[in-house]
Amino acid sequence: MSEMERGMNERVRRLRRQSMETQPHMYSERAAIETEVYQKYEGTMSVPELRAAFLYEYFSRKTICINEGELIVGEKGDGPQSSPTFPELCCHTLHDLQVMNDRELISFKVKPEDFKLQEEVIIPFWEKRSIRNRILSHMTPEWKAAYESGIFTEFMEQRGPGHTVGSENIFRMGMNDYKKEIDEALAALDYLHDPEALDKKCQLNAMKLAADAIIVLAGRYADLAEELAKTQEDSIRKEELQQIAINCRRVPAERPKTYWQAIQTYWFIHLGVTSELNPWDSYSPGRLDQHLNPYYEADLEAGILDEDRAKELLECLWVKFNNQPAPPKVGITLKESSTYTDFANINTGGITPDGEDGVNDVSYLILDCMDEMKLLQPSSNVQISRKTPKKFLLRACEIARKGWGQPAFYNTEAIVQELLTAGKTLDDARKGGTSGCVETGAFGNEAYILTGYFNLPKIFELTLYNGYDNVSKRQLGLPLGYARDFRTYEELWEAYQKQIAYFADIKVAGSNMIEKIYAEYMPAPFLSILTNDCIAKGKDYNAGGARYNTNYIQGVGIGTITDCLAAVKYHVYDRKSFTMEELIAAMEDNFQGHDRIYHLVSEKSPKYGNDEPYADQLMKDVFNCYYETVTGRPNMKGGTYRIDMLPTTCHVYFGEVMMASPNGRLAHKPVSEGISPEKGADRFGPTAVIRSAAKMDHLKTGGTLLNQKFTPSVVAGENGLEQMANLIRTYFSLDGHHIQFNVIDRQTLIDAQNHPEEYKDLIVRVAGYSDYFRNLSRALQDEIIMRTEQSF
Amino acid sequence: MGWKEQLPVITNIQKYSIHDGPGIRTTVFLKGCPLSCLWCHNPETQKFAPEEVWYEERCVGCGKCQEGCYHNARERLDRQEPAEQLAKLLLRDQAFYEESGGGVTLSGGEVMVQNVDYLAALMKKLHRAGVSVMIDTCGFAPFANFEKLLPWTDAWLYDIKWMDPDGHRRCTGQDNRLILENLCRLSQAGQTIYLRLPLIAGLNDSRKDMEAVIRFLQDNHILPAKIHLLPYHDIGKDKYRRLNRTYEGDSFLAPSGEHLEELQQLFAKSGFGNCQIGG
Repeated sequence: MSEMERGMNERVRRLRRQSMETQPHMYSERAAIETEVYQKYEGTMSVPELRAAFLYEYFSRKTICINEGELIVGEKGDGPQSSPTFPELCCHTLHDLQVMNDRELISFKVKPEDFKLQEEVIIPFWEKRSIRNRILSHMTPEWKAAYESGIFTEFMEQRGPGHTVGSENIFRMGMNDYKKEIDEALAALDYLHDPEALDKKCQLNAMKLAADAIIVLAGRYADLAEELAKTQEDSIRKEELQQIAINCRRVPAERPKTYWQAIQTYWFIHLGVTSELNPWDSYSPGRLDQHLNPYYEADLEAGILDEDRAKELLECLWVKFNNQPAPPKVGITLKESSTYTDFANINTGGITPDGEDGVNDVSYLILDCMDEMKLLQPSSNVQISRKTPKKFLLRACEIARKGWGQPAFYNTEAIVQELLTAGKTLDDARKGGTSGCVETGAFGNEAYILTGYFNLPKIFELTLYNGYDNVSKRQLGLPLGYARDFRTYEELWEAYQKQIAYFADIKVAGSNMIEKIYAEYMPAPFLSILTNDCIAKGKDYNAGGARYNTNYIQGVGIGTITDCLAAVKYHVYDRKSFTMEELIAAMEDNFQGHDRIYHLVSEKSPKYGNDEPYADQLMKDVFNCYYETVTGRPNMKGGTYRIDMLPTTCHVYFGEVMMASPNGRLAHKPVSEGISPEKGADRFGPTAVIRSAAKMDHLKTGGTLLNQKFTPSVVAGENGLEQMANLIRTYFSLDGHHIQFNVIDRQTLIDAQNHPEEYKDLIVRVAGYSDYFRNLSRALQDEIIMRTEQSF
Repeated sequence: MGWKEQLPVITNIQKYSIHDGPGIRTTVFLKGCPLSCLWCHNPETQKFAPEEVWYEERCVGCGKCQEGCYHNARERLDRQEPAEQLAKLLLRDQAFYEESGGGVTLSGGEVMVQNVDYLAALMKKLHRAGVSVMIDTCGFAPFANFEKLLPWTDAWLYDIKWMDPDGHRRCTGQDNRLILENLCRLSQAGQTIYLRLPLIAGLNDSRKDMEAVIRFLQDNHILPAKIHLLPYHDIGKDKYRRLNRTYEGDSFLAPSGEHLEELQQLFAKSGFGNCQIGG
């Protein structure tokens, strides 16, 4: 099967080809209509109502299309790979547009008339009032200095908070049912005693209007399908178009009646959430197999669906996901997330809300679809519980060992435990799962906002320099002394902990302000309809309306920082192999001419990832320090801060801003990703890596990411597959949260780097998501080639 | 630290071994072997004493050899661990053994000519923790040694390199009589045996050679749990250069896939349906 020609039949192959071959481009209609609406109504209505009015107007007027042969309809822009801009969040300069248009990687083509529109209409109106501008005008000099120097990143600077996933309600309720709930909430408002009653009224009215907006959009698709059906000569296609029209008349206004309508419902919901704002991780259908299965069974029983058609509809949905590139990013946000992937993520398997094995027939169909389609989006993962049948696990391993990183594997028991630990009910925990890269959430009930990455090794670098950043040449941290001033390891460790706390304070203070900015200026009434208890509370998703509200700060570089601490403790303090001054001198010279020290720190020093207590204990120290520093701090929505351990592509950026490290990591090279060991540090194979990684208390986090790279021979044959499954089961029995596999030999990757034109379809696992190898920066390609390859 | 002759030298502890017995295993390679097979792919485990491996390609010629090589060009094979310590290391992967039905495999070199008391102490510890232990052996050792370890050995990976005594002597340096006798005795003792036949094209892989194996098994009522046909590979070739020795197996070739399948058929027809190609 040629890579470009995947899919179960000619229809799917054509749609997939269109998705793959279309150049991503910027779509300005959204920004234009939004500006008009703001110019017309701003000041005459509340902010939530203004947001909903915009969505209504946009969905009433935007260009729509039905692609040839498709069964699931609806595009975010004017066609596949069309990416709307969101000037209310990030108002791009003309230079930004030029860069997006010209850059080699992750480019978006911009039409000349869009430059003009941006210059004459968008920039004059949005430049000052964009969220990005509001955020930057409120941040302290300390925050800005740390941000610009790569101590942490800020998620909300170009994209909205989202980080949430749909629940079963989407598949059980129509928008009209939601509107009834809203009316009930409106009727129950207590204007005599509740000081917020009026705010709630505005919010609920906005939700109602947002519900109408999506109904209007669906109606327009129904009209278009009917019109196309009239002139369609092919009788089969004519019938399909007529059915599409029937589907769009019904959903999402009313609850779906069929499997086909259930999938179309989700897709309209997806368009609603991702058109209203550009939330991180777009949106996801959650436990799709469990949500669809009742429809699948009923339709089979009724004789209106067979297995092939069911899979075909899934494949059509897959193309839809893949048609939507992530919104164009620039600057640091581009560096931390340098990909077209928008992180929609589908959970398959796991358990049911009453705790039984959740694998059903649709679960296997989803695996077949993922295998056949081999697309970046949606990201597909499997949840493996103790109750998951071995057959399902082996089928998932069979796909994973093909090498492109999907599905990733998640531990159901760990997810449930993590959610319970964070205060969710058992029922909500069992309905939960993971989204984005690896983030745990109570699907349909929780706003679990990732606020940014936190550079753990960089803070150690500053600790050695009295808080001074030797790269940006700025005083960023507390002046607690230079490396040579710490007489014992304990003194150094204490200073590091203080610096961590200092930067966490800065980060959290900034995030709290940003939260308030979003709550005030950027409510999301459509997303609020879908997220339990926003309607009941009369509160917006971005203002604490969700049942649970959690903020995450994602720790990056635990492997690197552990090895740095180990090298210093072991060689400077325990063994006195060299002095701190000698080590610092070697680091400043990037270890050039310091063969002995380089050899000792890189070869003769304890390293995380080898199941050796010396280094692994230091990893636990760092983890616990980070956990204690962040977890439990209040956010502005009535929830708390927690930690995740994942990097997306940020480990490359965080390495760029660093000089050489005490563990022998050279200047500007990436730091370790997720909770994987530093590249080349693990020498004893996957079981040692897993044991080391499992010493971290995953259950205290909202997600960790472990990458394993295998050569194809290690997982070959029935035995290779069987042992891969056993490896996963063992990691999960040790409470590991997530594991993903890259199964490609080094030579192939090197060849692909040198001849990108011959490897257009090579997909690799990056970190919590897969991407085309050719779309990765050179540094990230090198990093993936360098990651330890387990071979025996 | 000097070399303690009573402790075996360990050349490698290989975790996630999935071709040395069932499940996920850790294989310990012990140094020293009474045979010297021409095709040996672990020549660093032939001599008992510690020795040095030299990676020429890593040497940068810095001349600082006395300080201890900074570029990993020189590696000394002299690791020794007390039985208790080694058992602890091996138990770290217990969760994997239990999930997969794996365990520890002792290999070499030749296990059965090492300090048997040391091995017994090690295996006892592992067994007490509930970990399965298998021994990979060429069989050339006094049977008394085998007897001592029987209580803690869950299965044997046992080689028959060649039924032809002259050929065996020529290629391994030793007669095969003791090897075959020990195999019979282990079988009589009810031990689980995974029989392994290293095959080199045109040398020991003829139908006649295999018929001799089959006859021997039948005559002595030996029923291996599995028979593995192991085609020759030259992965160990570079090691000879690193040990400053000459490789005598340059002309050796692996049997063709077709031929291996034929041999597998031959075993199957003779009642050994459990014969497979590869480890």
